[in-house]
Amino acid sequence: MNAATLFGLSGAALVGFGLYGLVTHPEPLRKILAFNLLGSGVFLVFGVVSRRAAASGLGGDPVPQAMVITAIVVAFAATAMAIALVLRLLQETGRSTLSADNSGGTDTVRGNS
Amino acid sequence: MTILSVFDMGLVVLILGIGASTIAVRQAFAAVIGFVVYGLLLSIAWVRLSAVDVALTEAAIGGGMTGMLMLGAVARLRFVKGNDTRASLPVRFAAGVLCALVAAGLATAVISPPEAIPTLAPMVMENLAQSGLGNPVAGVLFVYRALDTLLEKVVLILALLGVWSLAPDSVWGGIPGLRLYAQSNSTLTFLAQLLPPVGIVVAIYMCWVGAKEPGGAFQGGTILAAMWLLVMIAGLKSVPSISQPWLRLLLVVGPVIFLAIGLAGMVLANAFLAYPPGYAKPLIIAVEVALTLSIGVALGLLATGPPERVQQQ
Repeated sequence: MNAATLFGLSGAALVGFGLYGLVTHPEPLRKILAFNLLGSGVFLVFGVVSRRAAASGLGGDPVPQAMVITAIVVAFAATAMAIALVLRLLQETGRSTLSADNSGGTDTVRGNS
Repeated sequence: MTILSVFDMGLVVLILGIGASTIAVRQAFAAVIGFVVYGLLLSIAWVRLSAVDVALTEAAIGGGMTGMLMLGAVARLRFVKGNDTRASLPVRFAAGVLCALVAAGLATAVISPPEAIPTLAPMVMENLAQSGLGNPVAGVLFVYRALDTLLEKVVLILALLGVWSLAPDSVWGGIPGLRLYAQSNSTLTFLAQLLPPVGIVVAIYMCWVGAKEPGGAFQGGTILAAMWLLVMIAGLKSVPSISQPWLRLLLVVGPVIFLAIGLAGMVLANAFLAYPPGYAKPLIIAVEVALTLSIGVALGLLATGPPERVQQQ
């Protein structure tokens, strides 16, 4: 098994980890983190596509590499936006949760929901 | 088995182990620290995949900037008691099985490559000489897929507008609520005085060398942003209010120059974002310099978050 395949398989595993964290973690911040893990796994799989398509004396196909760079930037922008939303939710309600029912809410609820 | 393949194995074990730990640990703080380490390890993996440009971006953004944002959020959420309980065991089991299936599907795609591997590398290299650039990734970013690069900068500004618009009306145009640790004679103050001159030179080098070698506007801009944040967090320079005209000018100067050159291309080179023959490299360098400034300011402001205080008159 060559290096590209090895990294490709770990990319696939990372997608699995990220997806699992995204589904099972209740806290929004952990979900964002898991989503970033998922994204980096997808980028890694794409990087392997680039490595395999090496030609003309290059180490990899530059087109997927440029796309991954753009993707990392856009993922960061989305993460920054998501974190700002979580912090605003905290400011507004004093809680950081995605669950809709407030029945089990603790004493920190003070917003008008 | 060569040394390199042993190295790759070890790297993959570390990446998977730390990646899994960011999901498995209970403490959010530990998860974020794990994520930063994971980002740095992943950038080594990108070097092993011969994608040094991606490695630089991953280390700067994936590890550094995202990690900093998350640490800031964890610090604020520290005393919030979430009343969420983790998903029940059957749900977790089902999720685990389905996620394993997704991963297995991807793994199958990875280990069974197509007969003829499609590649655009020969086409990139064929026409790269015309642009005067030596780095094929920069060539793709600024010549063949220039529209993607332009829109990516617009996305950064849109995300910043989104973050700003989350501020309450009363503090609009105020000062972002970056947490400061202003203590004189601390190590942080020392580093904030020592590192920025070095960092700024490295950033300019990154931007300049990006045309020929790995590097470029984005990596340079990230270093600029990191230096700016360091100086602000150490309290050596105050955080500017978001209504400052110079701030907004710096924010849009890169995309505006890029767009202007793109529109000029419609007249001079018969296509949007095309460069007139012979002038491609100087124009690309000009765009990169302006973009480096804009990206630095945009990333710095994204990391400082929405305004939280009104500017004192």
